[in-house]
Amino acid sequence: MEKRVTFGGWTWPLLLLAPQVLVTLVFFYWPASQAVWQSFLLEDAFGLKTEFVWFTNYIELFQNRDYYASMGVTALFAALVTTLSLSIALFLATQADKHISGAAVYKTLLIWPYAVAPAVAGVLWLFMFQPSLGIVAQGLRRMGIAWDPLLNGTHAMTLVVMAATWKQISYNFLFFLAGLQSIPKSVYEAAAIDGARPLRRFWTITFPLLSPTAFFLLVVNIVYVFFDTFGIIDSVTGGGPSKATETLVYKVYQDGKLGANLGGSAAQSVVLMVIVVALTAVQFRYIDRRVNYK
Amino acid sequence: MSIRHLLTAAAVTVGLATPAAAQIEIQWWHAMTGANNQVIVNLAEAFNAAQKDYKVVPTYKGSYADTMNAGIAAFRAGNAPHIMQVFEVGTATMMSAGRAIKPVHVLMKEAGEKFDPAAYLPTITGYYSTLKGEMLSFPFNSSSAVMWYNKDSFRKAGLDPAKPPRTWPEVFEAAKKLRANGHPECGFSNAWVTWLNLEQLSAWHNVPLATKANGMEGFDTVLQFNSPLHVKHLQTLVDLVKDKTYSYSGRTNTGEGRFTSGECPIFMTSSAFFGNVRANAKFDFGNAPLPYYPDVSGAPQNTIIGGASLWVMTGKKAEDYKGVAKFFSFLSETDRQVDLHTKSGYLPITKAAYEKIKASGFYKNAPYLETPLIELTNKPPTANSRGLRLGNMVQMRDMWAEEIEAALAGKKTAKQALDDAVSRGNDVLRQFERTIAK
Repeated sequence: MEKRVTFGGWTWPLLLLAPQVLVTLVFFYWPASQAVWQSFLLEDAFGLKTEFVWFTNYIELFQNRDYYASMGVTALFAALVTTLSLSIALFLATQADKHISGAAVYKTLLIWPYAVAPAVAGVLWLFMFQPSLGIVAQGLRRMGIAWDPLLNGTHAMTLVVMAATWKQISYNFLFFLAGLQSIPKSVYEAAAIDGARPLRRFWTITFPLLSPTAFFLLVVNIVYVFFDTFGIIDSVTGGGPSKATETLVYKVYQDGKLGANLGGSAAQSVVLMVIVVALTAVQFRYIDRRVNYK
Repeated sequence: MSIRHLLTAAAVTVGLATPAAAQIEIQWWHAMTGANNQVIVNLAEAFNAAQKDYKVVPTYKGSYADTMNAGIAAFRAGNAPHIMQVFEVGTATMMSAGRAIKPVHVLMKEAGEKFDPAAYLPTITGYYSTLKGEMLSFPFNSSSAVMWYNKDSFRKAGLDPAKPPRTWPEVFEAAKKLRANGHPECGFSNAWVTWLNLEQLSAWHNVPLATKANGMEGFDTVLQFNSPLHVKHLQTLVDLVKDKTYSYSGRTNTGEGRFTSGECPIFMTSSAFFGNVRANAKFDFGNAPLPYYPDVSGAPQNTIIGGASLWVMTGKKAEDYKGVAKFFSFLSETDRQVDLHTKSGYLPITKAAYEKIKASGFYKNAPYLETPLIELTNKPPTANSRGLRLGNMVQMRDMWAEEIEAALAGKKTAKQALDDAVSRGNDVLRQFERTIAK
């Protein structure tokens, strides 16, 4: 027997859809269209003089070497954070899913960092790794490592990757755990009876059945790295040293807010939007096919 | 009683009930936190208590950049504050804002307030004035760059704390000794890397940072800080950073704690660091004028100021502006300036206040408060040392810092880094020129 709600007319469906559509219009389409409009303008900070300059802002953007460097930084940052946070979260989730005493406590502790604001997470890591006062930094120094995120780009990148990963693990962990718990125990038992060892059970049962979750998380994580890590980068490195940690979204802020180059900054936002839309589309187009939805 | 009588009576009653004029609120947006925020609140309260017509309402709006952006956004939305505190590097942006701002000299004239530009210290007001000496914004919290040093560390290293190094070669020598005697991580350092090593260095040695009197004579200015002096200075820092005689402390002042914690025994930064040093340094400290290269003729010249000034925004009623003008007169009173300087460490802006403090002997016990004034008034300012007026300076400073970082990390030579900083900065200047010239 099938349960299906049917509506008599258009009124109810439209009314029920309206809030969501309205929110999307006001908080996404409106600002996004403003950004597109702004990207064709040359304007001073106070908006006293405005000139329509067609694609000048885009042409300048794509002639700027720094912009490509920033793309490279973003790609590296996104790859590192996504890979690390997904794999660590998956490992933790599989461990927390076992029958161990105090599992609830571990789970709670693992979820906590998600409640921390990005800027606060950044400051926490900054304190620990502050070259002269940070606890971890002092330890590194004693081990003979010249820890210096102020001048060493690799050190700075390591620091923001750690902070961004740490912050995202909780979210991924939560979804992986829920995904794991929805896999029927009988499947494992059957596999175990057939002689499959834990590692084999993981790769042949857990991993494929978790793939919808993993795919969803991959999309969410990419968006997270592209946009939400702004607070971490702003508080930890400010994009430095020498642009080593300047991601695309941070550059939008640098040029727009600090540089008062609103047109150029808007053009960057539009490009960024296109990149994320394209990445998501690619993910759905190609990866989605290989995901096992049962 | 006729209707007319009744109406007249009513009108009279209403007239009596309302005070002569409703109090006018003056909005003041600022970026001061902690002790400095208290200074602002106290000033507003004192002004509000001193008269009844106006009420100054200070509001904290975040960092300097945040406050400026909030003010700009508010202006675009049609509800700018009356007074906005803007840091010195935002001066060019504000100046170019045309009809968004009301120059202070115009404000004082229109309000009929007594105002003598000659009463103010030229090294301070010059930064915020036109070349003709017309004051555009009202200097509020001014400071300059000085060299702070740890006297206890000097004694331990066999250096004379009464004779801090005066020249750069002396600083390098002292830093090497200090590094060998208890400061392995840092001989000397500085905050605000570009302010100290490019901007102040140029003014102090009377060499141009940019053409057109550092931009004060026109927005078609071109950067020039890749001169032999600048290259030599940066190259020396690059050499010294290797053995930690010099240590890098970042672009802003977040590294200042390295001085108060005792890690860096010589630290160059703002004179406004004073409050922090007094509160946190557990050692005998002092400060001295910035060092100079003795082989540069005419050095030392004079330093330039840092800090912020108060800009008046347009679009308010004439009565409101009378209140703003009265508030500025109130801030300029000699005793008020004396009080501000001796309590907060901000530099006095009037000549009368400086003379009065000097005459009172105050500096005998607090010589570190006079150091910036000695530097600023060392010689009459030249085209190279009057101030800076470069568009999008906040962003440019970041670019310059990036290049300096690349040199210090050994990725570029000092010459290459400064050449790149100049050429990238010039692109920003041209972009700024384009947006404001239209």
